Amino acid sequence: MSRFQTALRGVVLAVGALVFLFPFYYMIIGSLQAKPDPTVAGAFPNPANLTGENYVQINDRINLFQGLLNSGIFTGGVLIGTMIFGLLVGYALAQLQWRGRGVTFALALLVQVVPFQLLIIPLYVLIARDYGLADNYLGMILPFFINSTAVIIFRQYFLQVPKELFEAARIDGASELRLLWKIAIPLVRPAIITVVLLTFIGPWNEFLWPFLITKDASLQPLAVSLANYISNVAATASNPFGATLAGAAVLAAPVVVLFIVFQRYFISTDIGSGVKG
Amino acid sequence: MTDVIAAPEANVPPAGSPPRASGTGSGPSKRRKRRLLGKNPLGLLFSAPYLVFVIAVFAVPLVYSVYIAFHDYFFSAPGAVVDRPFVGLDNFVTALTDPAVIRSFGNVGIFLLINVPLTVVLSIGLATALNRVVHFRTFLRVSYYVPYVTASVAVVGVWLFLFNGSGLVNQILGPLAPDPSWLVNSTWAMPTIAIFVTWKQLGFYILLYLAALQAVPKELYESASTDGAGAMRSFFSVTVPGVRPATVLVLLVSTVTGANLFTEPYLLTGGGGPDGASASPVLIMYQRGLQQGQPDVAAAIGIILVVLVLIIALLQNRFAGERD
Repeated sequence: MSRFQTALRGVVLAVGALVFLFPFYYMIIGSLQAKPDPTVAGAFPNPANLTGENYVQINDRINLFQGLLNSGIFTGGVLIGTMIFGLLVGYALAQLQWRGRGVTFALALLVQVVPFQLLIIPLYVLIARDYGLADNYLGMILPFFINSTAVIIFRQYFLQVPKELFEAARIDGASELRLLWKIAIPLVRPAIITVVLLTFIGPWNEFLWPFLITKDASLQPLAVSLANYISNVAATASNPFGATLAGAAVLAAPVVVLFIVFQRYFISTDIGSGVKG
Repeated sequence: MTDVIAAPEANVPPAGSPPRASGTGSGPSKRRKRRLLGKNPLGLLFSAPYLVFVIAVFAVPLVYSVYIAFHDYFFSAPGAVVDRPFVGLDNFVTALTDPAVIRSFGNVGIFLLINVPLTVVLSIGLATALNRVVHFRTFLRVSYYVPYVTASVAVVGVWLFLFNGSGLVNQILGPLAPDPSWLVNSTWAMPTIAIFVTWKQLGFYILLYLAALQAVPKELYESASTDGAGAMRSFFSVTVPGVRPATVLVLLVSTVTGANLFTEPYLLTGGGGPDGASASPVLIMYQRGLQQGQPDVAAAIGIILVVLVLIIALLQNRFAGERD
């Protein structure tokens, strides 16, 4: 490869990084402006125009702490379901021979391509009307309770554990649950972090479902209350952009930090195998 | 879709692997149980919660949605016994004779025509470049997927600020800026949403292509370069065919994601504006089904949408899929 091509590649990659990161930089700058400054100069911090007031203002409109707490409960519920039941299925699919294994695996793949839009009306009718779980954390969590991509990733990792390891322990009389807890889980610890990351962004960022199922503002995850703020009350605030961006920064921060800290667990091969099976 | 589901099964021993030496009780009833449930019936027990979940959240609603679409379905008080007669294709006729519904399908068509090719070209290009780079690799990879992992609702806020009438984008463009501005311009609203979604999702597809690139044999590049192929030539004759399974997957996932479009038109263009120019079918489903109390028509729209997505996916698979 010529020198010119290497340089060109560097420029393309750098421009790409700038395009992806700039809106995040602008989110922070904008959230700190006392008066919104959309000019080119406004993209650089101006000490005379800096303020933390927008964060106070958005917190007056939507209770940020309550929103974060609701997002946390929603996400935590999904994580618990996926960690417990996803691990069990992943293990059963990879290491145990039982009738229905092939069908279960096929279902886990199929579920990932079922478009959610087909399900929203019947799910709303079932969960909100028939089960009476509107304005309820359970109703929020239920459709996401076990992440199928996580099931596939767990299976993939458990397949790499040599079967002999389990055979030996079984001969020693260990129960399957004990095998799973003492041998299998410690061996696939990296998979657990990958799955936590991947599962986390689903409910934390989800808007449509919790938006449909929660009308009570005190139960809404932050994504929903911020969206309601954007579409309803933004016009009445003195600096709607500043307040909106402050809320956006609070919503984005936990995920961005999590993915920077654990970036090495979010790598191409795991994600690829998760979607492809 | 066969290559999507192709799973590496290399580590699974053949079904008839030798029975365990510790098989203690081998009475006839035990043997019958084994024949019925397999060697480790515990597997079924471990999977039972997941199977119940899939049935409750996917299978039942899927069937229910077909039921709703073919009946005169309306919301009623809980516990009330109401008559919901079978109405055949009435709901589909209502949906398809509604100009707003037709317009929303056209809108999502424009969206897919911009979003899907752009996604494939940019993600394959950036993944190839990223795969060869030595310095700043981690930094670049992370910066590419940050938009993907962030909530749409959060980044929508920034885009509203960037693309509004006096926003930074128009300040830079000066006299070239469209009037009315991007998101309130009936020509530009949908393309702007398509660009937004491409930007937001690209990192995920780059990761998929990065995984696929690891599977392309290095020898192919070597022999291409001994044959005198330049970087461009080896990209088109080694990389592109080498990652074809990933391309099929990216086409499928980006089409399904695009058909699911809701949050962006709801927030970026204030509910599909201006005047329905950026309304998506899911947005119309929400309005008809839950706001106007016609869940039957909404379910019919959903079924039409899914059938269209299936047709597109089959066509994609036929033209981009493995040829052998």
